Amino acid sequence: MKFGVVMFPGSNCDHDTYHVISKVVGQPVDFIWHRQNSVADCDAVILPGGFSYGDYLRTGAIARFSPVMGAVKEFASRGGLVMGICNGFQILCEAGLLPGALLRNKNLKFICDHVNIRVEATDTPFTNRCQRNQALSVPIAHGDGNYFCDGQTLAELQRENRILFRYSEADGRITSDANPNGSLDNIAGICNRERNVMGMMPHPERASEQQLGSSDGRIIFYSVADTLAELAKAS
Amino acid sequence: MKARIYVTLKPSVLDPQGKAIHHAVETIGYRGIKDVRQGKYFEVTVDASLSAEDARAEIERMARDVLANPIIEDFRVELDSDS
Repeated sequence: MKFGVVMFPGSNCDHDTYHVISKVVGQPVDFIWHRQNSVADCDAVILPGGFSYGDYLRTGAIARFSPVMGAVKEFASRGGLVMGICNGFQILCEAGLLPGALLRNKNLKFICDHVNIRVEATDTPFTNRCQRNQALSVPIAHGDGNYFCDGQTLAELQRENRILFRYSEADGRITSDANPNGSLDNIAGICNRERNVMGMMPHPERASEQQLGSSDGRIIFYSVADTLAELAKAS
Repeated sequence: MKARIYVTLKPSVLDPQGKAIHHAVETIGYRGIKDVRQGKYFEVTVDASLSAEDARAEIERMARDVLANPIIEDFRVELDSDS
């Protein structure tokens, strides 16, 4: 099993993510430079947080044209596991691997805060270790995290159980007060129809060790590692 | 040849920046401002070897693929063939 963490110019959560995979989850991990046009021998690819290409034009709008994104698309179409965190989520939306877009936060502020998210679906490679309705304490740090899609897409996401995380109170209640950025339906993370591509605005890699205030986020990386271990056993 | 591309949020998408500007100009005292929507403007210089028709096709493709995100934005292209 091997994880890959993509480095775009302006990524700044790449090393945090690498650290969590190697030291907390204890699995092999490589960096993948954005100019590479292959994901090499990686079994799961993570697009980390940051400000790729300075967030010029729109968040993720330039990064989606990086050579590595062609390889990520091809990898995803073969069923490879792809996970976008924060800027990575924005890039996946711009690249069309996930539906919708992330707009400027409703209050126009860059928000750096601890929030709670509720796990809505556990039948994915990213959440299979979680309990449904489990609340996770994970921080957010973004200026453009306001998830938007058209009504038809939202109905599809709901019907197909593709909303994986929603902003909630600490006890899991979904309220408008718990929605930090104006996201539609309190959406904090979604997956594609095939359930192998996931994007989320909160940063699980910043909440994977108790020293940082919460280790709730590591369950997401453990879920992916479990999935890869089972895939390896099956093949 | 110059092209001007205007990118605007779709009417169905909330524009908190436009709202903030609207609120500010109302507070300052500008009268009769009913609504403000913020957008983006691009000036692109196109090689003169392209015909106006080809230039328009190329610019519209670029606007659709790169400059605007069709999920949230509309765009309009003006071509200035005089300069």
